Amino acid sequence: MTDIFAPSENRDYFEVDQHITASSRYYAGRVGSRFFIALRDEQKILGSHCPKCNLTYWPPRNTCGRCFSQLSESDLLEIGPLGTLETFTRPNYTPPQPVPAAPVLYGIIKLDGADTGMAHLLGEVDFENLKIGMRMQPVFAEAPAANILAIRYFKPAEE
Amino acid sequence: MKRKVAIIGGGQTVHASRRHDVNQGEMVNEAVRAALADGRMTMDDIDAVLLGNMEFFEGCHLTDCWLADATGAYGKPGLKITTGGTVGATTIVAGAHHIASGLFDRVLCIGFEKQEEGDSSAILSGVAHPLYGRSLAGAAVGYFAMMGASYMQAFGAREEHSAMVAVKARQNARKNPYAHLKLDITIQDVFDSKMLAYPIRLLDMCPTSNGACAMILADEKTARERCEKPVWIRATETAHNEQFELNWRDVTNTRPIFSRVCAEKLYKKLGVENPATFFDVFEVYEPATWAELVWYEDLGLCKRGEGFHLIEEGQTEINGPIPVNPSGGVLSTNCIGASAMLRIWEAALQIRNDAGEHQVPKDINWALTTAYGGTNWTVMTALSKKWEDS
Ligand SMILES: [Zn+2]
Repeated sequence: MTDIFAPSENRDYFEVDQHITASSRYYAGRVGSRFFIALRDEQKILGSHCPKCNLTYWPPRNTCGRCFSQLSESDLLEIGPLGTLETFTRPNYTPPQPVPAAPVLYGIIKLDGADTGMAHLLGEVDFENLKIGMRMQPVFAEAPAANILAIRYFKPAEE
Repeated sequence: MKRKVAIIGGGQTVHASRRHDVNQGEMVNEAVRAALADGRMTMDDIDAVLLGNMEFFEGCHLTDCWLADATGAYGKPGLKITTGGTVGATTIVAGAHHIASGLFDRVLCIGFEKQEEGDSSAILSGVAHPLYGRSLAGAAVGYFAMMGASYMQAFGAREEHSAMVAVKARQNARKNPYAHLKLDITIQDVFDSKMLAYPIRLLDMCPTSNGACAMILADEKTARERCEKPVWIRATETAHNEQFELNWRDVTNTRPIFSRVCAEKLYKKLGVENPATFFDVFEVYEPATWAELVWYEDLGLCKRGEGFHLIEEGQTEINGPIPVNPSGGVLSTNCIGASAMLRIWEAALQIRNDAGEHQVPKDINWALTTAYGGTNWTVMTALSKKWEDS
C-alpha cells in the first residue's frame, strides 16, 4: 500500500504560515461550581436528580434535557464513588489538549446511583485485563485540583 | 412543507488531502461552477446563497462574507451554517425551508472544508465540554473506539466485521472519480494498518479531506420548467442529544437516542414500514466503520445487534439488496462542511441514474441520507424520483 497521507512534492504554490493563540475562561456556573467544590474539598461526586423523570445525571446540571424541568442546587445528590465500566479504549495518539501523553486508557464509568456515564482515565490496570461490566473506584488527586482531574483516574474496585 | 422542493443541479470538486493548487475561494468556486453547469443556470438565476462550513477548521472566520465573490453571494441574501458533521445537510434543509416557505425560488447551497489550511483537530477539541471532557483524551476516534468496543461485547461482532466496512467503502470509492481514498485494500490491509485507539485502526477512520459540494434547490415550477430530472426532497428531520461525554451512548440501551428518534419521525412522515425495502439506496454518514454498523440498526434495516450480519452477508454492497454508500461514503472522503451534502448529492445522482461506475444496478426511486454531528445529532433527508408515487 502507498502512503495515502504523504504530502505533495509540488512546491510551485505559494503558502503563508499563520499562528493564532487564543485563550478562554469558562465559568462553571451555580451547579458546576458546587460539583467542583465538593470534589476538591470533600472528595464527593455530585449528580443532579430530576424528580419528574426520576433520572440522576452526571455531570450535574440546572435543566433536565428530557422534560426541561428547572433543577437547582437542592436537586444535587452524592453519586458513586464506585461505578461500572461501560466501555473503554486505548488511544495511541496524543490529542492537542494538555492531557497525559498517549497511550492512556480511557473509559466510561457509570457511577452507582447515576443514570449517565462519566468519561475518564483508567489506571492501575493493564489494557488486557479491562472488561466491560467490571467494577471501578476513583483515585483522587493528592493535591486537589478544581477540575475533573481532581479524580486522577478510576481503577478496578477493591470491594 | 408548504411548497414542493427539488434538487435541480449539483456538483463537487475532487477530494484530496492536498489542494495546494487553489485557495479556499477557488476551490469553492469549482463546485459552484459545476453545479450551475449541471443545472444549466447562471448566477443571475439564483435568489440566495447558503454556505455550510465549519469555519476556523481552515483558520478563518466569516467565510460566507469574505468568499462572497467565489460563492456568487455578492449582492444576494444568504447565511452561513456551522453545525459540525451535519453542516452540509443542515444547509440543504435550510435551503429547502426557504423555498418551501415561498421566500425564494432558487437557492444555491454550498458546503466546503479546506482542512489542510488549519488545525481542525485542535479546533475540534473545543467541541468537548470545557469542564468535563476537554482535559481527557478521546476526541472523535475515542468516541467511535468506545462504540466499537461496546458493540463487540454486546452483540458478539468481531474486528473482521468493521474491517469489512472499511474494505467496502474504499472498493466503492475506486468507482467514484471524485472520492479521496480510492484504495484497493483487503481485510488484512485493515488489520495491518496502525491501531489508533482499540479497536479503531487507521483504515477504520475517515481521512482528512479538502473539497466542496454545491447544489441548486428550486420550487416546483422552476424544477418542472428547467430540469429534466428533478429529484424531490420529500422529508427532512433533525434530532439532537447531549454531548457524548455527558451522556454516553451505550449501544445496548433502549432509551431514545438522536439517530433512532430521527428515523422514527421521518418514517412516520412518509409512512415507511420497512425501510430496507422502501428505500432503494442509502448514503449514511460513517466517519468510522463501527458507525455504519450502528446506522444499519438505528435506521431499522435489521434488528438491534444484527447489523454486522448485513455486512457479513454482503447485503449492503452496491449490488446487494440494501446498498449503503455506493459512493465510498465518509470513510473515503471527509471534507467536513461538504460531507453531509455529498451524501444528499450522491443520493440524487443515484436517483437520476447519473452516478456512473458506482451507479446501483437497479431502478432507484427512493433514497435516504443521514448526517452525523460532533456531539450526538443527526439530520436525515429522504429523496424521491417522482412526486406522484406515494
Ligand atoms: Zn426531567
